[in-house]
Amino acid sequence: MANLSVTFCGVTFENPTVLASGILGVTASSLKNVVRNGAGGVTTKSIWLEEHPGHKNPTMIGTEHFFLNAVGLSDGGIKKAKEETFPEYLADKPAPIIGNVIAKSLSDFEKIVAEMDACGPDIIEVNISCPNVDDKYGKPFSCSVGGASDVTRIVRSATKKPLIIKLTPNVPNIAEIAEACAKEGADGFCLINTVAGMVIDTKLRMPVLTNKSGGVSGPAIKPVAVKATYDVFKATGLPIIGTGGIMTGEDAIEIMMAGARLVGMGTMVYYRDVAGFAEVVKEMDIWCEKNGVKNLEEIIGVAVKK
Amino acid sequence: MNIEKFDSRFEILPIKEIIDENPTTKTFVFEYPLGGKPGQFIMMWIPGVDEKPMSVAFDDGKEFWVTVCKVGPASEALHLMKVGDLVGVRGPLGTHYNWGNGDHLALVAGGYGAAPMYFVAREAVKRGCKVEFFIGARSKDLLLYVDKISKLEGVNLHISTNDGSEGRQGFVTVLLDEVLAEGNCDVVFTCGPEVMMKAVGEVADKHNVASYMSMEKYMKCGIGVCGQCAVDDTGELVCKQGPVMDWKYLKKLPEMGKYHRDAQGTKHYF
Repeated sequence: MANLSVTFCGVTFENPTVLASGILGVTASSLKNVVRNGAGGVTTKSIWLEEHPGHKNPTMIGTEHFFLNAVGLSDGGIKKAKEETFPEYLADKPAPIIGNVIAKSLSDFEKIVAEMDACGPDIIEVNISCPNVDDKYGKPFSCSVGGASDVTRIVRSATKKPLIIKLTPNVPNIAEIAEACAKEGADGFCLINTVAGMVIDTKLRMPVLTNKSGGVSGPAIKPVAVKATYDVFKATGLPIIGTGGIMTGEDAIEIMMAGARLVGMGTMVYYRDVAGFAEVVKEMDIWCEKNGVKNLEEIIGVAVKK
Repeated sequence: MNIEKFDSRFEILPIKEIIDENPTTKTFVFEYPLGGKPGQFIMMWIPGVDEKPMSVAFDDGKEFWVTVCKVGPASEALHLMKVGDLVGVRGPLGTHYNWGNGDHLALVAGGYGAAPMYFVAREAVKRGCKVEFFIGARSKDLLLYVDKISKLEGVNLHISTNDGSEGRQGFVTVLLDEVLAEGNCDVVFTCGPEVMMKAVGEVADKHNVASYMSMEKYMKCGIGVCGQCAVDDTGELVCKQGPVMDWKYLKKLPEMGKYHRDAQGTKHYF
């Protein structure tokens, strides 16, 4: 068996699969169940300073090629995370936990990161890229070099924990945004967030999602995620959680070759159920055996060097 | 890996017929081969309003029914719709009830839980089962489906109301306890408020009869992705492992009969 463990920002993961933010992350019980099903780590839903209702249904729709969602970041707020989710998860912590946070303004980003720091996650992931909140709050911060720099600078001052920024693919040059975050002290990245999209029901002649537009995930976006990972790894060399359309062990290997150190999966559970985590890990192991890879470190970013 | 065709887009269907059941409840009929089994649910999109899980009250392969009580903005909007209006449907979703030919079933319905239990009874009698049908409500005007259930052959109807306006006064579990004591029932199925179902499970345990129940937790996606319906402390999903679940499993959950969670995942105690 190959050594599938990886170290990310000083934190050791037994295997590189990580539950992506927004999926099965409402309660500590659910996060633990994902680890029981094989994930090497978990990410919380995006946590706000206050309770956040999210959008009305329909919020999700899938086909064999893609999944589209606009849940709208529903969440019980940092108080619930601090009093319930983190204490329950950390009580018998089965794997590293990444605390994902979101806010509407720079000052709220500073506050939420400080609050998250106190919850005790291994890594803090800052969501500056959700496509489903931009109607109300303007363009996501990660859409401009200036916005991404500003958030990174302020959240960096609020925590000494490993700090990663979740980036959007909905920009002309993601590497430029990542470089700006790196300059302000980001320790790494999670990418990509979902790709902006829409589905219209032709019988009703209206968008299916209540929010009208949403974020595309699933098999269709894997090439977008692989390229974004490649570009950001090449530009910064920083550790990356590569996510977007990863469904199989070979998909995971592919995005690691583009530079990902960890592999995020969320929509995969729609296609393979939560048990898919253990299956993907097993598939990665089989791939390593067949290809003479003893340690996953050997393949991280290998395609970028060629 | 073989990704099977996996399509959760909505089937857009016109309402074929609307039946008034009681002052707050209507049955909506759709002509569509859904293929739902007793206990399963659908997600129904009321365009421009919301999308909610609803249990299948009947399905004969040609048409299916959902029986909906006015409980909030989505069901109120549905109640205002007319024959011919369009809704979106996806499903059938989740687990269903299972029984053997000729079994003697005890079905316990609380409030609008009568609709899915009726679907069980209707299918069960076709397969030579004998059915004890317990139906409980706060008062006579809130009883559902009594006429339909009475017309089924092989079904004994036991009614209780909290105020005594119809049948026995008190909780439906008292009647269940008496009938199970006779020792003839093979299994108990129940659908209703969680606190009632917990009491039903305890009565069934007392008589060493297996029981299964239709769990209702806040569901957002209904397709195993969002995690809203994860139960404590196993973290498993009611939309995938349920809604029909084994009381043997449920009774070990610390949240059973105690609390549920809202759209933000915040706990609310019953």
